[in-house]
Amino acid sequence: MTATTLSPADLTTERSPFVQFLGDVWVLTRRSLARIRREPETLSDVTIQPVMFVLMFAYVFGGAIGIPGGGGYHSYLIGGMLGMGLAQTAPGTAVAVVSDMETGLIDRFRSLPMSRAAVLTARTIADLLTQVIGAAVVALVGVAIGWRITGGVGPAVEAFALALLFGYAFTWAGVCLGMVLRSAETAQQAGFIIFLPLTFISSAFVPTQGMPGWLQPVAEWNPMSSLAAACRQLFGNPNPAAAVHAWPAQHPELAVVCWSVALLVIFAPLAVHLSNQGTMITRFT
Amino acid sequence: MSDTAAIEAEGLVKHYGKTRALNGLDLTVARGTVYGLLGPNGAGKTTAVRVLATLLRADGGQARVLGHDVATQAGAVRRVIGLTGQYAALDEYLTGRSNLVMIGELSRLTGRAARRRADELLEQFDLTDAADRAVKTYSGGMRRRLDLAASLIGHPGVLFLDEPTTGLDPSARALMWDIVRQLVADGTTLLLTTQYLDEADQLADRIAVIDGGRVIAEGMPAELKASMGGQRLLITLTEGSDASAAAAALRPFTTRPVIPNEWDRLIEVPVTATDGLATEVVRAMDAAGVKVNDIAVRSASLDDVFLTLTGHKAEENEKTEVTA
Repeated sequence: MTATTLSPADLTTERSPFVQFLGDVWVLTRRSLARIRREPETLSDVTIQPVMFVLMFAYVFGGAIGIPGGGGYHSYLIGGMLGMGLAQTAPGTAVAVVSDMETGLIDRFRSLPMSRAAVLTARTIADLLTQVIGAAVVALVGVAIGWRITGGVGPAVEAFALALLFGYAFTWAGVCLGMVLRSAETAQQAGFIIFLPLTFISSAFVPTQGMPGWLQPVAEWNPMSSLAAACRQLFGNPNPAAAVHAWPAQHPELAVVCWSVALLVIFAPLAVHLSNQGTMITRFT
Repeated sequence: MSDTAAIEAEGLVKHYGKTRALNGLDLTVARGTVYGLLGPNGAGKTTAVRVLATLLRADGGQARVLGHDVATQAGAVRRVIGLTGQYAALDEYLTGRSNLVMIGELSRLTGRAARRRADELLEQFDLTDAADRAVKTYSGGMRRRLDLAASLIGHPGVLFLDEPTTGLDPSARALMWDIVRQLVADGTTLLLTTQYLDEADQLADRIAVIDGGRVIAEGMPAELKASMGGQRLLITLTEGSDASAAAAALRPFTTRPVIPNEWDRLIEVPVTATDGLATEVVRAMDAAGVKVNDIAVRSASLDDVFLTLTGHKAEENEKTEVTA
């Protein structure tokens, strides 16, 4: 064999653990982005899907939905669509985690002298980057159908930051989902089952005022409602939730931050714990 | 503890619910040797490898790899091992080269060293032409080679190969065997699990037969075969022959009971080979009025060893197969 031996200069073992962690995250984030470069169609859930949803809601349902307190549905819609566009990447996160476990790649990573937390962190960072694309797509389609930011640049930046914060926190729930489920199909289905009611029983597409009384509290406390209300308020769009007396409707920005922190505090350590438990496959033999 | 052992395990225990995957497994593997873990599906081979490679924590017992404890010094163990599992653990969407560079960088190589090692390994494993293609276009044999290359990128002192040829066609399998032999020539210690007896026989310096989560026999392949009584006598009777008369005539030649089989004209019994054995058997058959079509004396195979030790054949028992 022609193999050369490794000299100390070839190794990064002298670097501090934190620098090694960042290096590992960088290597693995690059890996996920390389996949997007090779197969751009994997981005369809943050490109084609949001465009379809915006257009369908704006032109099919929009005419039938009245906004309490006035205002056009197109201006109302985008604040809710932003949250949906980001939340709907979570099933994709779960599927990616499952497929890494299925191929044994996670096992390989676990046998390497690398940071174990880096695997999951890199996954969520790569997904955050795709969420940035999703947010931009929603905003561009919004502009095309007549949505405008009237609240100024600063609040608009804050709205996007809140949406991405929530989207990022939600990604960790997706990681956990992938860790506990055993196949890509079930992860996809479970993601759909969780994600559909989460977005539809909220003020993302319709004001909660029109819902039956027993459902209104559920929708009012749904984080998607808070995110939609916060974005509408910051963008200067019609925000009927301002007339709702529930705490999250009155303090949507704080509610989004609380929900995001809660999701992170619960699901990030849980994901790390589950990954330390070992993967499900090849337990026997 | 001896300094020469690459892997030492004592009394490893691992439960999965009520299943005892490891039930007091002991193992000593000398440096620079190939050690075969042989057993059916569900015997505990993969669990043993996963504990030794720090992927799983044992519930009891202890193990060291090149002197590092797998439980308390897992980081040090991971720096000196390579692992190739049953499935090619690769990113399907990356090229072969990108996979190797990624694993290299995660194995604490600098980017430059990782790229250099990737080029070396691609050439060594005859993958240079396919280096810049996505792995999902690779054949099964190419994936296994790339997977093995990936586990070698950090020059591991101990390499774990978990069923490296399961599912490969014979030519891809032969190629993997060549690569494994080459690795050993370089001084790498190899722990190989397999359910193929011929593979263990071909590659391993020593073999442990595992069943029910512990070692039920251990030794060099030749020792294991010799301990099973050495030779087998195979006789094929003519159609219509009296099998029970044949069995009775064979009793003086073997220590084991000969059970006549009315519908099968083939009789196989363990024997101790002596000069002129075949002649004497033919004479005894003739005296009993039994006509013989074929007679053969062969050495016991590892199949026989396995069957005798475990009571079942090596490649049955599929029901405990992976429950992904």
